[in-house]
Amino acid sequence: MSGVRVLVGTRKGAFVLTSDEARRDWQVDGPHFPGWEVYHLNGSPADPDRLYAAPSGGWFGQVIQRSDDGGRTWDPVGNDFQYIGDPGTHQWYDGSLRPWEFTRVWHLAPSTSDPDTVLAGVQDAALFKTTDAGQTWTELPGLREQGNGPKWQPGAGGMCLHTILVDPADEDRIYVAISAAGVFRTQDGGKNWQPVNKGLLSGEIPSAAAEVGHCVHNLAMHPSRPQTLFMQKHWDVMRTDDGADSWREVSGNLPTDFGFPIGVHAHEPETIYVVPITSDSHHFPPEGKLRVYRSRTGGDEWEPLTSGLPQENCYVNVLRDAMALDALPECGVYFGTTGGQVYGSADGGDNWTAIVRDLPAVLSVEVQTLP
Amino acid sequence: MSEIRVQLPAHLRQLARCEREVQVDAEATQRAVLDALELRYPALRGTIRDPRTGVRRPFVRFYACEEDLSHESPDAPLPEPVAAGREPLLVIGAMAGG
Repeated sequence: MSGVRVLVGTRKGAFVLTSDEARRDWQVDGPHFPGWEVYHLNGSPADPDRLYAAPSGGWFGQVIQRSDDGGRTWDPVGNDFQYIGDPGTHQWYDGSLRPWEFTRVWHLAPSTSDPDTVLAGVQDAALFKTTDAGQTWTELPGLREQGNGPKWQPGAGGMCLHTILVDPADEDRIYVAISAAGVFRTQDGGKNWQPVNKGLLSGEIPSAAAEVGHCVHNLAMHPSRPQTLFMQKHWDVMRTDDGADSWREVSGNLPTDFGFPIGVHAHEPETIYVVPITSDSHHFPPEGKLRVYRSRTGGDEWEPLTSGLPQENCYVNVLRDAMALDALPECGVYFGTTGGQVYGSADGGDNWTAIVRDLPAVLSVEVQTLP
Repeated sequence: MSEIRVQLPAHLRQLARCEREVQVDAEATQRAVLDALELRYPALRGTIRDPRTGVRRPFVRFYACEEDLSHESPDAPLPEPVAAGREPLLVIGAMAGG
């Protein structure tokens, strides 16, 4: 029988939530890696029992854990992330220069075709790859070395590479997003990269034509339309239909266009989801109402989804990697909050229930659709 | 070479799947003890010290015999009671918030 497995990374461990196709009754397993900050865990599309997790912490650094049985048991694998060559310096918050320094893994993107191959986005921003199931990690230095790295600067969470999208039709075509540098694209599997931020307008940087310096929060792609990407920027919801050569704003009637995650419906490439947040200084929903907004027109026209979500006194945040959509016939939507709730909808966002309410602050949510 | 007792914090016990106190056969220096510890528990590589430079991670401390040995040379002899196995070397996560 088909079902779903929701992978939740939190400030104090990871949780695995499983349910059948109805998505009414849930089994909650965890915490895995209790006490560790799990910025991300993710499953292999090529082998759903193969999972990777990235627990880290200020005391003991980064570890990578791998499961070969769908998250029931885990084993530590390689955790040596070394930049290739002298990584040089980047901008610090005050404009001074600061040496590149590995801090943690933010995002894991397993290959769609090979369960042993994974891309990892890290802080300070760089892209690493394993082809031996996590035993060894090698930087793809072309991204960091493509010329404007010394101009990159951290967002509030650190200078992190937090989003990785691989074109399912051409695995050599990869998009990554870095806070606060912007979007970068390779078309040769990661050897050569270019910034692709034309059309992004960021009030926080002086030049409207700035090639880098944009605080992109998250990107989403529907696998059937890899030339179309959706973006939640620090402010503004954007889209591109030419593989990121140019971007245009589609914030439309959103109550605020600040936010973190963005997602695409599994079967409707023009149906997208965001969670509006009041502002960069008020990281909670407007009016204390937790509302997911859905556009069925690829942006511009948005509707609030509120059924089952708290509509008063709600002041949680939803972080950039904390929303995911399953691929069951009736598309499910999931998101986690900094208040420890994980909400799920089995009907494309029309109705929501809290799968769990009292986890540690949720850092990431992924979902696997199981055969 | 002697049997050195080492006590590990919860995060590292979880990672190494070991008891709070383990014993390693090593020369009585920080470097030799950590080398032996990482050989026996490869999952600990990189968690106590940098895997390339061997430098202690900033929020890790080493205590023994009611002394903070964190800033001692990694090649300095450990206190005699540690070398003799009467006292453990404590690996500690520094007091640095919740």
